[in-house]
Amino acid sequence: MEKCELAIVGGGPAGLAAALKARELGLKEIFLLERDNFLGGQLVKQTHQFFGSHKQFAGIRGIDIAEIFKDKLEDQPEIQALKGAVAQGYYEDDVLGYSYRGKFFKLKPEKTILATGASEKMLSFPNNDLPGIYGAGAVQTLMNQYGIIPGEKILMIGAGNIGLIVAYQLLQAGIEVEAVIEATGIIGGYAVHASKIRRAGIPILTYHTIKEARGDEEVESAVIQKLNENWQPVPGTEQEMEIDTICLAVGLTPKVDLAIQAGCQMAYVAELGGDVPVRDENLQTSNSRVYIAGDSAGIEEATAAILEGELAAASAAGEIFPGNSAIAQERREIKEKLADLRRGPVGEHIRRGLARVRRNQNAGRDRYTRSWKN
Amino acid sequence: MRIKDHPILDFKRGEKITFSYNGKSISAYPGETIASALHAAGIRKLTSSQKHQRPRGFFCAIGNCSSCLMVVDGEPNVKTCVVEVEEGMVVEEQQGKGDLSGKV
Repeated sequence: MEKCELAIVGGGPAGLAAALKARELGLKEIFLLERDNFLGGQLVKQTHQFFGSHKQFAGIRGIDIAEIFKDKLEDQPEIQALKGAVAQGYYEDDVLGYSYRGKFFKLKPEKTILATGASEKMLSFPNNDLPGIYGAGAVQTLMNQYGIIPGEKILMIGAGNIGLIVAYQLLQAGIEVEAVIEATGIIGGYAVHASKIRRAGIPILTYHTIKEARGDEEVESAVIQKLNENWQPVPGTEQEMEIDTICLAVGLTPKVDLAIQAGCQMAYVAELGGDVPVRDENLQTSNSRVYIAGDSAGIEEATAAILEGELAAASAAGEIFPGNSAIAQERREIKEKLADLRRGPVGEHIRRGLARVRRNQNAGRDRYTRSWKN
Repeated sequence: MRIKDHPILDFKRGEKITFSYNGKSISAYPGETIASALHAAGIRKLTSSQKHQRPRGFFCAIGNCSSCLMVVDGEPNVKTCVVEVEEGMVVEEQQGKGDLSGKV
């Protein structure tokens, strides 16, 4: 079994930023475990330019941000970034098990940062398991990472930023988007994305939901239906659309399996996307060896994930080198950047969620915490 | 089908390779995952659900959902959405939970 100062699970924006910051702050034994054969996480399929402040990659495409991180990592031999390394379990004695090239390895880190990202949410409707019904991320993976056409005619469900951006990316790839439907009365995504879709002549239908998918071996059509303001279907408004692919952009939920195994106290916080580890403002969980960052801490976006990765690294470094004022200063600065990013009406949702998880207002919903850590 | 022209992305595809799917020869490019290469060849049904035998394709394409498990070179339960395709690979639809006898 190998020992190290810091293990990071996940090589997306949060994990990569954490590894680089940890190295910058003086840690020398850093393991980064990435289950895919490439680093960058979901950045590798983000062809749109990022918003936010200039220091945090605004105006740069996600695919290029991934390259910037990878280049920086190559200059750091102290960071052991293992691609194709799947974290398999976090054990009671704070041992992290992972499989790599067909073998099982054990690692005993002083500190662990979990940056495992999120998984896409499903929607309940008849035949939602037919081939041709994909998460929006899957559609991005197919077309932006592998250059494969996900379908000929697409129905997009969800008018948040992901639904709108992926609909636009489909158009860029020369694919027909029949409509974007949205169950609420508001388009959740930014107006700039919505107007691009509208200018291309694609209807964004608010107060509409999917009633069912149809097809034998795969999707052949979808029936959509109007909803009233009380979320009730309006009879007689059913409309069948000839499409071959349904893309679900109905949100994400944090991937927290390892946090649960590490005995981290959990809380259900709807604003953050589901069950998340309770943590302090330095992203330390109730297991003091474990920190959480990025989408696995709560669904936000890549810029926040990068800053959270840096904050978790600075917090871990602060405990490994106690009393180091430079690290403390760094931590304060990252926290200020995060607060800046979350200011204003766009960040209200996330601010509310974070306030709840820090005060742990619904520990009653904790369905996971194991007794061995208490 | 594969994207040919894209305003932002440039797909650098190498030399074509071939693999077999249920005995049929399918062509692909290095770096593609098994599921994406099958998708490009028009194959979207990857497996059947265990209880009701309903057709299943992938959903997440990043190794989360296990909706794409197939038998690859005799090994069952391979997440074909994240495993890269290789020259000469033998990919088959999986029946039920897969058979490990003689493997371990």
